[in-house]
Amino acid sequence: MKLDTNTINKIAKLARIRLSEEEAKELLKDMNSILDWVEQLNEVNTDAVEPLANISSAILPQRKDEAQDINSTDEILKNSPDKLEGYFAVPKVVE
Amino acid sequence: MEFKSITQLKTLLDENKISIKEIAETYIKRINEKKELNIFVYFNEDIIHYQAKEIEKLPNDKTLKGIPIAVKDLFCTKSMPTTAGSKILENFKPTYESFVTQKLINQGSMFVGKTNLDEFAMGSATNTSYFGNTINPLSKNDNPLAPGGSSGGSAAAVAADLCLGATGTDTGGSIRQPASFCGVVGIKPTYGLCSRWGIAAFASSLDQAGIFSKNVKDASILLQEIAGYDQRDSTSSNVQVPSFYKNLNPSLDGKVVGIPKEYTVDGISDEINGVWEEAIKSLEKKGAKIKYVSLPHTKYALPTYYIIAPAEASSNLARYDGVKYGFRASDAKSLDDMYELTRSEGFGKEVKRRILIGTYVLSAGYYDAYYLKAQKVRKLIANDFVETFSDCDLILTPTAPSAAFPLNEKQDDPIKMYLNDVFTVPASLAGIPGISIPYGKDKQGLPLGIQLLSKHYNEQEIFNAAFALEKDYE
Repeated sequence: MKLDTNTINKIAKLARIRLSEEEAKELLKDMNSILDWVEQLNEVNTDAVEPLANISSAILPQRKDEAQDINSTDEILKNSPDKLEGYFAVPKVVE
Repeated sequence: MEFKSITQLKTLLDENKISIKEIAETYIKRINEKKELNIFVYFNEDIIHYQAKEIEKLPNDKTLKGIPIAVKDLFCTKSMPTTAGSKILENFKPTYESFVTQKLINQGSMFVGKTNLDEFAMGSATNTSYFGNTINPLSKNDNPLAPGGSSGGSAAAVAADLCLGATGTDTGGSIRQPASFCGVVGIKPTYGLCSRWGIAAFASSLDQAGIFSKNVKDASILLQEIAGYDQRDSTSSNVQVPSFYKNLNPSLDGKVVGIPKEYTVDGISDEINGVWEEAIKSLEKKGAKIKYVSLPHTKYALPTYYIIAPAEASSNLARYDGVKYGFRASDAKSLDDMYELTRSEGFGKEVKRRILIGTYVLSAGYYDAYYLKAQKVRKLIANDFVETFSDCDLILTPTAPSAAFPLNEKQDDPIKMYLNDVFTVPASLAGIPGISIPYGKDKQGLPLGIQLLSKHYNEQEIFNAAFALEKDYE
């Protein structure tokens, strides 16, 4: 057992996902079994191995960093659940 | 009229034996007749009719003029909403077109709809979608089967003749495994060959767009059209895309095909091993040299993948916060409340599980033990392939450890579900191209796929060998 209920709730808080007690219980079981299973990677000696972050074997070209006018504010705001005077609107942050 | 392939439909169009309007009507009718399979998340007859009128005006030399294509609902499309199979993107209307779909539009293809998928492409059965299961069109009435996943809707759309080609994405097998389950061709090209611009991100170091089709020729036509450099994807490779279709050559003389011993896994049916055996014999008969090889780190591919993919997903899916687009929970009192409730109600179980695993393996104190370790093992897995391809042109394996399984088969053990990808994940981690083609059937008459892999940017060799093997079943 790697995780306990406290850790699950802490991770959930970090990920901004609220869990019901029941969900937390189920996830605890699943995640512990997954983490036990990935444990087998410790059998592999990786002492002199560089971590691989980008698998591409091509030379990745750079582009000029130039501003492009792609979308209008209106078009983007159309997808927003709540908006006000040309801005995204969210619940009050400062009391 | 029966439409067997893109090449055949192009001939009919060239000879004026059918009009674009008739093609549109035919496919609308077919899709309406197969509604119960739940293949499409979005289907709108008016939009198809509108496209048909626009396409008629295009010059005749457009490669895909009038070809009906289904689009996995992970690709942003301006003409149709894009959901990624998630409640959190319900009703999302992209303000831009993905690179891949734009390329298809430019060549005159007709989008028949957006296909169902596992939520954010996380799954192997198209059963984690907010919009319900897709049913494999090869199912018998009393036993609905899974189409595989995550691109299950696209694979099913091709298998059910609701289009002549479909886009998919493959992060750990999400094109090849459903292609195998539905008895169609599915190719995942080299990482970086097709731009990821406009594809809802799952695991950015693995995500790659690809194609489903009725046969290898059609796959070569479609892949050629969607490949190419795009400066809006920083990992898009600026390589010359060969004329896959024109270059198709089924000759295997002198080609060396590697058979990795690690892909003989416990619990795999004799039927699957039998099909593999037959394909080996056929390649040999066609002039290829068979070489038994070893990819020693194969067994670590799945656990490596299930650290790296969730880690990247937890980061990529942080953008779904209920502010800019998509679903927002209604009764939040504070901003934090809104984030938590939105994500809690908007994401399904599997997505939450992966976000939490990803958050954990990236969190302070665990990063080295999990994420960095996995990246190192990934290097070893990639090296296995590099070494093997130093004296092999191709590798041949089965695509999936089973044929399509029943839809209602209980999948409450996540690790058991992850095993579906055991043969496809290693190539994903190595970024190499792979194709699945149908090759034989099991006792119940369900298709079984075999997988051909090659080194980076060697799609042509894969197409050639697949083209040769495909002839065994013509």
